[in-house]
This record gives sequence, C-alpha cells and structure tokens, in this order.
Amino acid sequence: MSFLKKALTKSPWVFHLSTGSCNNCDIEIIDCLTPRFDVERFGVMLVGSIRHADIILITGSMNKKSVKRVKVLYEQAPRPCAVVACGTCSCGGHFFRDSYNTDTPVSKTIPVDVYIPGCPPKPEALIAGIVKALGKLDEKRKNR
Amino acid sequence: MIKGIFYFLIFPGFLFTAAMGCLSGWFDRKLTARIHWRVGPPWYQNFVDFLKLLGKEIIVPADSMRGLFLFAPVTAVIGATLLSVVLWQPNLRTDSGFLGDLIVAIYLSMIPALALIIGGMASRNPLASLGASREMKLMLAYELPFIVSIATVIIKNGYTIRLYEMVQHQAAHGAIIGSPSGFIAFIVALLCMQAKLGLVPFDIAEAETEIMGGPLVEYSGAPLGFFRLSKLMMLFAMPVFLITVFWGGIAPGALGAAVGLGKLLVILLVAVLIKNTNPRLRIDQALRFFWGPVTVLAVISILLTLAGL
Ligand code: SF4
Repeated sequence: MSFLKKALTKSPWVFHLSTGSCNNCDIEIIDCLTPRFDVERFGVMLVGSIRHADIILITGSMNKKSVKRVKVLYEQAPRPCAVVACGTCSCGGHFFRDSYNTDTPVSKTIPVDVYIPGCPPKPEALIAGIVKALGKLDEKRKNR
Repeated sequence: MIKGIFYFLIFPGFLFTAAMGCLSGWFDRKLTARIHWRVGPPWYQNFVDFLKLLGKEIIVPADSMRGLFLFAPVTAVIGATLLSVVLWQPNLRTDSGFLGDLIVAIYLSMIPALALIIGGMASRNPLASLGASREMKLMLAYELPFIVSIATVIIKNGYTIRLYEMVQHQAAHGAIIGSPSGFIAFIVALLCMQAKLGLVPFDIAEAETEIMGGPLVEYSGAPLGFFRLSKLMMLFAMPVFLITVFWGGIAPGALGAAVGLGKLLVILLVAVLIKNTNPRLRIDQALRFFWGPVTVLAVISILLTLAGL
C-alpha cells in the first residue's frame, strides 16, 4: 500500500498547540509558511481543529493548567497522529523546569515522537523535524 | 442502463467532476501562492489530501446525532454530482433535459450548503452550530440576488426555463454576457458564486482563524474528505453553471472544449483575485451587501432587459 504511505506523507496537516510558550516558537512556526520557506510546497497546512490534524506541534513549558487540556486534545486527535515537541521548553523544560507552576517536560504528559530543541528552533530545524515526524507517522499507520 | 451509470458515475458525473474540481482547487491554491510570491503545492495536492483523509480514523463525537453526522457529507457530494450532471446535458448537446431543469439546477446548487448546515448542527459543537447559523444567514443573503439575476437570463432567452433551449438560444442570438443588462446580471451572479463557494470575503461560515472551520470542526477522516471534495466539486460546477447560463455554454469538439476551459479559467481567476484582495466581512455586512447594492444591481439588470437592452 505504497500510495497510502505517499498520501499520508505528502499532505501532513499540522495542529499547533501552545502550552504556555513565550510566543517565540510560535512565530518561528508561522515563519515556515512565509514565502522564504513555504512549506505548502510539501502539502503542509496549518489547521484550526484538532480533528483535522496529522501532526501535533507542541510549544511551551506545559504549565499546570495546560496538562489536562493537552491530554484531552491528544485523545481527540484522529489516528495515526504524531506528536512533535518544538523548542527547548517543551523538549526538556529549559529554565522553567524547577518552576512552581509547570509540569515539564511535555513527554511526562503525552508520548512525544520527535524533539526539536532550540530557543527558538530555526525554521530549517522545524522543517527537518516535521520530515522526521512523517517517518513516525507512517510507522504508526502500519502498526495501527 | 449502462449508459446511465456511466453518465452519473464517470462522465460528466462523479469522477469527472471530482477530478476537475481537484484541479480547479489546485489552480486556486497555486495562484494564491504565486500572489503571495510563494511556490505553492504540486498539481496532485488535492487528490493526495482526499486519499489521506480516507485513510484516517473517523471520530463520531459521543453526543452527536450519529446518522445525520455521517449522512450529511455524502449528501453534499451527491448534490454536487447531480448539479454537474444536469448542467452537462445541454453542454454535451444532448436534449435529454426536461422543462424546468434550470430551477432544478438552482435547487441542487444549494444542497452542499444545506448539508454543511445539517452536518454542523448534528455534531453538537458550539463552534460548529455558530458556523452553521452563519451559513444559513449567508444563504438567505445570496440566494435573493442570485435568483433575480437568473430571472434576467430567463427573460432574455425568450422566457424559457430549459437549459438546452437557453444554450440553443444563445448560440443563435449571441451570449447573454454580451449585452449591458446581461453583463450586470453576470457580475451579480459572480458575486453570489463567491459566497456560495465560501471564498474569502464571504468565508464567514468557515472562518478558519476565528471559529476553526465552523461546521467542519468535529469532522475527521473520510467524512471530512467528502465535505472537502464537495466543496471542490462546487468550485468546478458553479463556474460551469455561470458559463452555461450566461456565457453561451461549452461547444462540442476539441476547440469548443478548449474555449470552455478558457472561460472556466477566467471565472476562477476573477474569483481567486477577489479572494486574495479582500478581508473577511462580518455576517451583517455580508447581508447588507447582498440585500442592498447587489440586489439593486440585479433589479436594474431586469429593468434594462425589459427596456430591450
Ligand atoms: S523554547 Fe525558547 S522560544 Fe520556545 S517557548 Fe521556550 S523560551 Fe520561548
């Protein structure tokens, strides 16, 4: 079923989920859509509803109020679906790891497939991360 | 029998309309990208999106109305297919139409929007019902000028409501769009088409950045794919509607097909340019726009027609 694989990897729709970021990672994500990088070339779209998502892109340090919401959103996503942690905050906690109101890292709450470190990561790094996530997405489709 | 099945399922029914719709959708996305100075997606992008959605998990929200929720997307696709079949009969020069198929075509063109409303309401998501109610108001807004502009065409074609006779009449007396009144009516219909297709100044019901896709917010997997497909099919069927009614239809033969494709691209080009140069309206602004200036324009075109222009 190579065309199913092709279909899945040629049109990844990304849902952007901020768990209390400083908004810098989010701006870098938007950068990927600008003429300079133009990820729509590869079929990547930013979608508004979690039900349409193939990849969940998480930014931010996961404050305690987000934990419950992130779990619900993760369960609402249609399978197969990959999770990408974007930014040092969501990968490892960064300087919020000892904070009283965060529950870092994100992987404590939901399983993360790909980590993109950086504060914020460059758009090139983000695109590389999404490409890695595509491989994971296809594995998940096979194991479903 | 076999011919009928071929007619509905392959050409000019489901497969043909879906394929042309996906390509029209690509034209829209690519042109938008070029206007933004981007590269844009490859030509097969919409096909791939649809195939991918077929392979995804289908989630039915726990307290939705299951039957209606799953039935609505199929209705939308069937409506768009039937519209295309009815419209292509006169364009293929087969006189198998019936008295009043113009009226049927107008009704069929409303079915995808109705299905979207039903699906949104059935999903019981607050954002979806908000989108559905906006879609309903938008329908009330654009249907009035649309039907008035079609009335111009009916009068100009010697009071016929058969698509086949309309195309024949235009072949004999020149296209409607060539006369002043016909041109005004065409512009009105073009604006209404923009709203029917949910393109940008009138994408109030879907408003991705505001209510996250409106009625589609709970849809995933294959039903979402069918809704998107029905939208793409309408993106092809509605320009064909306008070409048939206002612009002399599509002539038979290779040359006729090429000219028809040119007309289709011109209409799509205008729609995409309007889409990319306008911000989204509020629902009350859209209602005022359609019931005010646009309806007045449509009425003027009727008066001009009656005066013989
Ligand atoms: S990783 Fe850096 S840029 Fe990203 S949210 Fe954290 S602090 Fe902000």
